[in-house]
This record gives sequence, structure tokens and C-alpha cells, in this order.
Amino acid sequence: MTDIQTWVNASSFASAGIAIGFGAIGAAVGEGYAASQAAVAIGSRPEQSGDILKLMLVGQAVAESASIFALVVAMLLLFTQQSPHLINVSVCLAAGICMGFGAMGSGIGSGFPAAAACVGTARQPAAGGRLMTNMLVGSAVCQTPAIFSLVIAFILLFTDFSDRPLSPTWAAILGAGISTGLAAIGPGIGGGLVAKASCEGVARHPANAAPVTNLMLLGQAVTQTTAIYGLLISFILIFRIFPETETLSRPMALLASGICMGLGAIGPGVGEGFAGMAAVDWLSRNIRAAGELTRTMLVGQAVAESTGIYSLVIALIMIFVF
Amino acid sequence: MAIEGADLVRAAAFLGAGIAMGLGAIGPGVGEGITASKACEAIGRNPAEAGLITRTMLVGQAVAESTGIYSLVVALLLMFVVV
Repeated sequence: MTDIQTWVNASSFASAGIAIGFGAIGAAVGEGYAASQAAVAIGSRPEQSGDILKLMLVGQAVAESASIFALVVAMLLLFTQQSPHLINVSVCLAAGICMGFGAMGSGIGSGFPAAAACVGTARQPAAGGRLMTNMLVGSAVCQTPAIFSLVIAFILLFTDFSDRPLSPTWAAILGAGISTGLAAIGPGIGGGLVAKASCEGVARHPANAAPVTNLMLLGQAVTQTTAIYGLLISFILIFRIFPETETLSRPMALLASGICMGLGAIGPGVGEGFAGMAAVDWLSRNIRAAGELTRTMLVGQAVAESTGIYSLVIALIMIFVF
Repeated sequence: MAIEGADLVRAAAFLGAGIAMGLGAIGPGVGEGITASKACEAIGRNPAEAGLITRTMLVGQAVAESTGIYSLVVALLLMFVVV
């Protein structure tokens, strides 16, 4: 018969694998895409290879940060021993899942603006400085969902849950990890799509850089909303103290609220990214249609947001009604 | 902790409701986003028809929303009616 400390250590090591295993996917895909487009750009304009290489490396460094967060959490899980309490099995798993899935979207998303900036420099060498600024702003916003996941993983690992009742706290903690982790995927990718269109737009008409960057920030802000819903549900699940229960249905309701909000945030995040991408793209082509484009983008994004709000409502009902 | 049959059914219903609403929200979100992106493209090409394009976009999105509403209804049924 194994003791509790063994179970906690086993969960901690397995979670370290989940954190860096899933966390490595996004950044690798995003950086690979940036490198592929940089190669295309250098092929079409070899004399600009120095600038293009610099942009590629800076863009890839930002994309890499998501997987570095995952590495940090994996190292913490490997080298700090959690106290021998059964709740820590759930805490380690939640932290691993949260950071592993949370790094996926941001890594992929940050690769898009880096790739578009490389192609843009080949097309319009004079716009290099504005492209760099625009790319950095855009890919920094893409990293916010991964930072949310890092925050939740740290709160989980450094809070002492041993004085809470084991049931249903184990499910609340696992739900908190799943909620922010899965909710980070869509907004990360969506924000990247908007930033990609913005980098292309700046390269197309460097004179329109200011309105294009402004619309990019507005579009990205809307795509991030569902990640914030995921963060909200995680905070409620972590900081609310749930009374002890003998039933199975109460913990399952809390776990399901995390799954519901996490999965429900993926679609709106990606969809709003598509809407923002097209609006930014066409703003750079047709600056006179700025008013109509902004209005249509926001109306379209608001409708795409609705299913994320349904998920939030169902998650809140499961936490507060049952 | 003894788990009774009715409790197990309730637990499964909650889990099912969460999965139904969570997965059901993905499709409409992506689909409505693509609709909005094409509407923005059309307005960029022809701003004079902005009203007609917005109307078409909203009708299309409303239809794409229906599966999300089915998921919501099924989740609410699982939580409040079935158990």
C-alpha cells in the first residue's frame, strides 16, 4: 500500500509531463510557421536577409515565452515537494493541465504576426521599424492568455488547500485548472490572426499604420474576453470555500463548470479572431470604410461571443445553484 | 463515501451538461466569426452596400447560432429537468 506522499509525488511528476508536453506544441508550431515565411521572404528578396532574420528571431522569441512559462511550471512540479495531503494530487494535476493547454494558443498565435512581419519587410523594406513595433505589440497581446494560465498555475501551487474539505475542493481545483487552461487556446490563436492581418496591412500601406494598429488592438481586446471569462470561473472555483459534501454530484458540478467554460471559450476566441483579421486587412486596403468596418467587426464579434456567454452562464449556474 | 444510484445519475447529468455546452459553443463561435470576417471583406470592397451586407451577416449568424442554442437547451434540461 503506497502512502499519500507517494501519490502526491506521482501526480506532481505526471503533471510536469503534461505541462511541458502540451505546452511545447504551440510555440513550436508558431515558430516553425514564422521560420517558413521568413525563408519565403528571404528567397524573394535576398538582399534584405539581415532585417528579415532579425524580425524572425524577435518574433520567435516572443512566441517562445509561452513554452518557457510551461517549462517553469514543469520545473516547479519536478523539484518542489508538495505536502502529503490528498488534495495536492488534484492541485498538481490542475496546475499542469492549466499551463500545458494554456501555452498552446499563445504559441501558435504569436507565430502569425512574426511570419507576416517577415513577408512584409521583403515587400516594403522601408516599413521595417513600424513593422517591428506593430509585431511586438500584437504578439505581446497574444501572450496574455498564457500569462493568465501561469498566474492560475502559480496560485494553485502556492496556496495551502489542506484546511479545506477534500470533497468537493478537489473537483473545484481541477475545474479551475481546466477552465483557464482550455479557455486560453482560442483567444491566443484569435489574437494572432488579428495581429497577422495588421502586420500585412502596415507593410501594404505604411502611412496607415496608426489606424491599422488601433483597430488591431480593439479586435484583439474583444478576442481576449473569453479567456477572461475562463479566468473569472477559475478565481471563483479557487477562492470560494465550498462546504463539505458526501455526494458525488456536487464535485462533478464544479468540475463540469470548469470544463464547460474552458471548452466554450475556444470557439468564440478563434471566430472573433477571424472577424478582426478581415476588418484590419480591409481597413488597410480601404481606409475610407473605417467606420463601417469597425462597426461590422464589433457587431459580428458580439454575435460570435454569444456562445461563450452561454457557457459562462451554465458554469455560474453549476457553481452557485447546485 | 457510499455513492447512491440517484447521486451518480445527477453527477453524470452535470458532467454531461458541462460537456454539451462547452463543445457546443465551439462551432457557432468559429462559424459566426468566419461570417463576420467575410462581411468585413465585402464592406471593404463595396462600402455603399454596408446595410445590406450587415443584414445578411446577422441573418446568417442567427442560423449558425441555432446549434449553440440547442446545446444551451440540452444543458439546461440536463441540469433542471432530467434529474
